[in-house]
Amino acid sequence: MKAILTLDNLASGLVTTIWTPVFVAIFVAIIAYAFWPRNKAAFDEAAHLPLREE
Amino acid sequence: MSQPSISKSMTSGESGLAVVFAVTAFLCVIASAKALDAPFAFHAALSAAASLAAVFCIINRYLDRPAALPPAEINGRPNYNMGPIKFSSVMAMFWGIAGFLVGLIIASQLAWPALNFDLPWTSFGRLRPLHTSAVIFAFGGNVLIATSFYVVQKSCRVRLAGDLAPWFVVVGYNFFILIAGTGYLLGVTQSKEYAEPEWYADLWLTIVWVTYLLVFLATIIKRKEPHIFVANWFYLAFIVTIAVLHLGNNPALPVSVFGSKSYIAWGGIQDAMFQWWYGHNAVGFFLTAGFLAIMYYFIPKRAERPIYSYRLSIIHFWALIFLYIWAGPHHLHYTALPDWTQTLGMTFSIMLWMPSWGGMINGLMTLSGAWDKLRTDPVLRMLVVSVAFYGMSTFEGPMMSIKVVNSLSHYTDWTIGHVHSGALGWVGFVSFGALYCLVPWIWNRKGLYSLKLVNWHFWIATLGIVLYISAMWVSGILQGLMWRAYTSLGFLEYSFIETVEAMHPFYIIRAAGGGLFLIGALIMAYNLWMTVRVGEQEVQMPVALQPAE
Repeated sequence: MKAILTLDNLASGLVTTIWTPVFVAIFVAIIAYAFWPRNKAAFDEAAHLPLREE
Repeated sequence: MSQPSISKSMTSGESGLAVVFAVTAFLCVIASAKALDAPFAFHAALSAAASLAAVFCIINRYLDRPAALPPAEINGRPNYNMGPIKFSSVMAMFWGIAGFLVGLIIASQLAWPALNFDLPWTSFGRLRPLHTSAVIFAFGGNVLIATSFYVVQKSCRVRLAGDLAPWFVVVGYNFFILIAGTGYLLGVTQSKEYAEPEWYADLWLTIVWVTYLLVFLATIIKRKEPHIFVANWFYLAFIVTIAVLHLGNNPALPVSVFGSKSYIAWGGIQDAMFQWWYGHNAVGFFLTAGFLAIMYYFIPKRAERPIYSYRLSIIHFWALIFLYIWAGPHHLHYTALPDWTQTLGMTFSIMLWMPSWGGMINGLMTLSGAWDKLRTDPVLRMLVVSVAFYGMSTFEGPMMSIKVVNSLSHYTDWTIGHVHSGALGWVGFVSFGALYCLVPWIWNRKGLYSLKLVNWHFWIATLGIVLYISAMWVSGILQGLMWRAYTSLGFLEYSFIETVEAMHPFYIIRAAGGGLFLIGALIMAYNLWMTVRVGEQEVQMPVALQPAE
């Protein structure tokens, strides 16, 4: 059976598929943020947060 | 005490809420009179009484308080709001004992069915959801609300947002538990596992939960600490996701607004899929994310060590968020659910193993340099053992989600064993550890009444868990193997009743394990009670006393 390309199924196909690359990209960005060398000092500081509150 | 410069008047929140509750009381009286079934009449009457009590409490509180609301800061230090936290902590202990007791009763009913007493209200079918809701939502929920209100204030260095709102959350949530629990006993249920409460209880929970979210968010927004600590991320994920799950799984049309019965909007396999999307994410976001927030705050605090790797905690958080939401279909292996969906659920469940163990390692390694404290501090030991149980059950879970394993384990006691290694070992112990920390903190006590009793609690409860889960493993695998045993002629080798008979000794061992767990909790309640009653006051008051609320 040959799929007929309409605006409708193009849009629904795109909407249902696009999430995979979008989520992967977001997740990769989060990992980059976590390992970004410049963030290290701030994270080390945050790891001590429960210990230095009043 | 009064400040004459400010004329005293009700805040818009006080007057508004008093009016709303007065109207609600009136409507509930009408609903009670027009009710189509007795449980609905009872619940409407209960709600009317509770609404009147709320009006009374709001006015009484207003009359007793000074003209000015409690200040956000005293001498430049945050004036933390501990009242609602105390309330939730006490309720957690109360519901915990109630829930463990009902668990012991139904475990005994399975071993000795005569204990059903042939009464509808005490039958296994009604007591079982009472047990699960009491331990998960009543005990666990109150622990989460109490600790989240504590952690968000402390780690943001700011007073909890709202004046009446935090009280509305803690009291309103416990009223939901009361309606849900009494409903189960009276036979009111929409028959969705872990989502049994009927439409009116669901609506009430929605209002309470949205208020909870707003209080939590507003506190974060006005924070003095620029960084949002990772525990708050976990709490926020828990609150937001539970709201979404609750709304997704519960759209129902009541038969009448004056009756308890309703019908769910979804039908057939869509309903099953929605139910287990809800059910597994209740595990993932209620029983995991929320309690991981406790781990990330209370273990560093108790061990006096920083989080092992803050980077790992960020990845732990986002990996759980991205993966958990897809794991639900593993509850529906070999059903009418499309095969690809089952495989999808299985795949994501297996992938979950990685972030779960990342988180476990992060929690355990936080003890680097403080391992010796495990010998001397039974509270820390409880917290650490809970993380070990987290690791164990998040290994077992993905394994059981594999379809071929599931074909043996599903519908057997193995599932019950798995759930309880997570619930008793992980959620139970991390909650106990958190409450043992929290109670002296919020009541300004130097420490617990007795660490020796904590030690007794730890060992009795641990023995109970070991008895419970090992009995259920043996029983479950036995049950699964007996169900699939064929004779040489191709007939089933065992009748169903023979499998039931074979499980009897394990049911007795399980009940014994549950009994030990309950004894441990009773020791804990006594210890916490004595901590508050006779515990030594903290000499240096870190926070100024706040007016009685």
